[in-house]
Amino acid sequence: MIHDQANYEREAEGVREPLLSEKGQETVDVREDSPLPDDLTREELTLPNPSEPETARHYTRLSQMNWAIDAGPYPLGSCTMKYNPKFTEDVAADPNAAIHPDRSARSAQGNLELQYRLQEALAEIGGMDAVTLQPPAGAAGELTGILVAKAYHEHHGNDRSEVVIPASAHGTNFATAATAGYDVVELPSGDDGRVDLEALEAAVGDDTAALMLTNPNTVGLFERDITEVADIVHDAGGLLYYDGANLNALLGRGRPGDMGFDVMHYNVHKTFATPHGGGGPGAGPVGVVDELAPFLPTPRVRETDGGKGYERFEPEHTIGKVHGFAGNWLVAIKAYAYIARLGDEGLADAAAKAVLNANYLAERIDLDVPFGPFHHEFAATAGDRDAADVAKRMLDFGVHPPTTKWPEMVPEAMLTEPTEIEGRSSLDDLAEAFNLAYADTDEALDAAPSRTAASRIDQVGAARNPRLSWQALDGE
Amino acid sequence: MSRANGTPYAPHTDEETAAMLAEIGVDDEEALFDIPDAVAFDGEFGIDPRTEREIRDECARIFARNDDLTEFLGRGHYGHYVPSVVDHLADRAEFLTSYTQYQPEVSQGFLQALFEYQSMLVELTGLDVANCSMYDAATALGEAATLADRVRSTSGDTVLVPEQLREGKRAVLENYCDGADLTVETYPMADGTADVDALADRAGDDVAMLYAESPTVRGCIEERLAAIGDLADETDALFVLGSDVVALSVLESPAAVGADVVVGEAGSLGLPTAYGMGLGIFACSDDFLRQVPGRLVGASEDADGDRAYTLTLQTREQHIRKERATSNICTNQAWVALRAAIHAATLGPDGLVDLANDCVREAADLADRIDGLSGAKAPVHDRHHFREFAVRVDQPAPAVAEDLEAEGFAVHAIGDHLLQVCVTDLNAGKTDGLVAAFEEVL
Repeated sequence: MIHDQANYEREAEGVREPLLSEKGQETVDVREDSPLPDDLTREELTLPNPSEPETARHYTRLSQMNWAIDAGPYPLGSCTMKYNPKFTEDVAADPNAAIHPDRSARSAQGNLELQYRLQEALAEIGGMDAVTLQPPAGAAGELTGILVAKAYHEHHGNDRSEVVIPASAHGTNFATAATAGYDVVELPSGDDGRVDLEALEAAVGDDTAALMLTNPNTVGLFERDITEVADIVHDAGGLLYYDGANLNALLGRGRPGDMGFDVMHYNVHKTFATPHGGGGPGAGPVGVVDELAPFLPTPRVRETDGGKGYERFEPEHTIGKVHGFAGNWLVAIKAYAYIARLGDEGLADAAAKAVLNANYLAERIDLDVPFGPFHHEFAATAGDRDAADVAKRMLDFGVHPPTTKWPEMVPEAMLTEPTEIEGRSSLDDLAEAFNLAYADTDEALDAAPSRTAASRIDQVGAARNPRLSWQALDGE
Repeated sequence: MSRANGTPYAPHTDEETAAMLAEIGVDDEEALFDIPDAVAFDGEFGIDPRTEREIRDECARIFARNDDLTEFLGRGHYGHYVPSVVDHLADRAEFLTSYTQYQPEVSQGFLQALFEYQSMLVELTGLDVANCSMYDAATALGEAATLADRVRSTSGDTVLVPEQLREGKRAVLENYCDGADLTVETYPMADGTADVDALADRAGDDVAMLYAESPTVRGCIEERLAAIGDLADETDALFVLGSDVVALSVLESPAAVGADVVVGEAGSLGLPTAYGMGLGIFACSDDFLRQVPGRLVGASEDADGDRAYTLTLQTREQHIRKERATSNICTNQAWVALRAAIHAATLGPDGLVDLANDCVREAADLADRIDGLSGAKAPVHDRHHFREFAVRVDQPAPAVAEDLEAEGFAVHAIGDHLLQVCVTDLNAGKTDGLVAAFEEVL
């Protein structure tokens, strides 16, 4: 099974791809030919000046030192790294779509129509009444959703200062609540890994603005008591926020709106297979129930003339804006194309296969997997081994390891999400890599990885002595 | 094969699915779902699956509904020609389909590219540290305000911004300030740039952050940045400067005028005119290193002593610090930063400076030609301009903009009798047409 990693073979010592700056820089006298007076300009600019062939080789070599979903399995838990269909790139590259955001609505009917169609599809998939595409990432969607909830409470004269978040939630939930000015109340997980209703009763009250919940949660467990959870939060006067990071497991099987959620964000770069680009761009559309729609960011898009045209409008009590323009448009186009490609049955089947794969892989690995039954992901425990070391050793076996040491409710967690795109043989390979690494010697784990572009990297040293630019490397 | 009726991107045959279910010990896929009946859904969204070809046709048809206009639009979103090599390199699947670099040993390529992007921003801003991207200029400005709140907490809670600021940027800033209990106020402008005397009267201990832009939203190059920086210094306000990556290559260095933080757009390199999709700059002095929002790539060593790169100072970030993080940002604009870096490398310093100088020359030339028409005055402000400038028209501006649109040209109407026109290398060859259209409609 061990893949021959032609692209990942270690370079001979000292001959890795140099920085562009090390290949040569040029200093330009800016003032020599400037149409501006000297006091408005800098004296000089120093940057690399590679030829186009040198540029092509540099970035091609860099690309080859990089794991990607097109290169192999990428089972990072909660990240939903699934295959990105190629045709969506071509759809998004349509030059007719690449217009300026300040175009009049009359001259931008095409973009408005696609925005409207995607809004409608997302609303249907989430069981929501209204959707905005403006937030440029999942965390931006969280902030949008919480600001909408805050505006709703303020509009109704509710003075609420707290957001309740399960301890196992994504870190963005906590940071988002704080960014919106809320105090965070952390909710401990129950013995079964789910929300403990008694603890929830104790945590919510007159100060509760919202509960932020991921369902299935971050160890792949469906919150079976979701109706009771919703009642408890609503009875206290709070709103229920759905973190869409794990929506892939629910597609066509359950809708946050039907479960009592009032506001949610969609991670279209996860659920709808838009490329994650090494860390972005993503997009984080937000859906809300009718009561919250007047607070959504401006502008929204609606039909006119009985569906013949489209226009922008400002919601009555809008929170304003969360992105300078319309959000990450190219990502939105790709999400639309993906949803259209799958349709009802394809979306439901994606969830079915993602859940099948997670359960199959959990069955095949030798590590303990607490809790269950699982949906799309599971948190195995490396027990008395160091999860990070096991992960590094997995790299040597030709796979990308899972998310490690998170969530904290599972000790030495290896949070694994294969998604629907891996077939049985690929899952068997993954399981074998898991099992070989887990059973390996301490020496082998300490020495790992040894077959990658770099051997184990000193991350502590990087933080202790920050060198964040080639300028900071001068003299080394 | 079950694929005909399901997702085309799952490889399972019916036989494989059955074997896997048997291994798990359940009868069918439904048995794996732990969803109570009360909230289960029947899967009917009413979305029909389409083939690739049908979707490409459908979207092409939809996008063709956008009018074919020559755009002279700017005000914060700029298109420059993106060389083909940028698309071809950035579109390599090893970049495009990768994730955040949590396992640096198999992410050295992207990490190095981001390190190089950070380094280019360090050169362009003169500041010590640049992160490897925010969403856009507006959200980067919001993040700068929350930084000011953390590092200038004893100096009050006012964020001072120019009265002429793009409304969308102001609105985003307000949302970030809302959570930090900061209040946004404006200072006056005089003929398109900051009224520094009025600003001196307004500055005081209550100001946590002082924001200026160059070029301004009207395309004016700010002439007294150093004086604004001195005012910020005297009152211990964080001096935040907004700009963009092309302008920074020729304008006076932000570090030289005392900027503590530079925000703005880097998407003016590498991105097409993508309906406002952006790439936010965030650079600052070393003093705020541990308060920087977003991702940072640092140089380190691997076990063999070779230089290697890794995400660093992650204890600032949301996945570790949770509610005490410096920002909630997680997914950023890494791939767009890669595109900007490739574009900058392709131009080199000569090409960048030439592009920026053309932004000054073309704007001056076009303003001069429009000024020659009866019923129009341009530029409205007696300043040096970068890419764009305001035009005063005798007739109502919205009507003039509509008439120009009917002639095939898009410009901004920004007031009752004010238009704004933006020229870059993309539309510089179409200025004859624009001038003729102006002549026609005025």
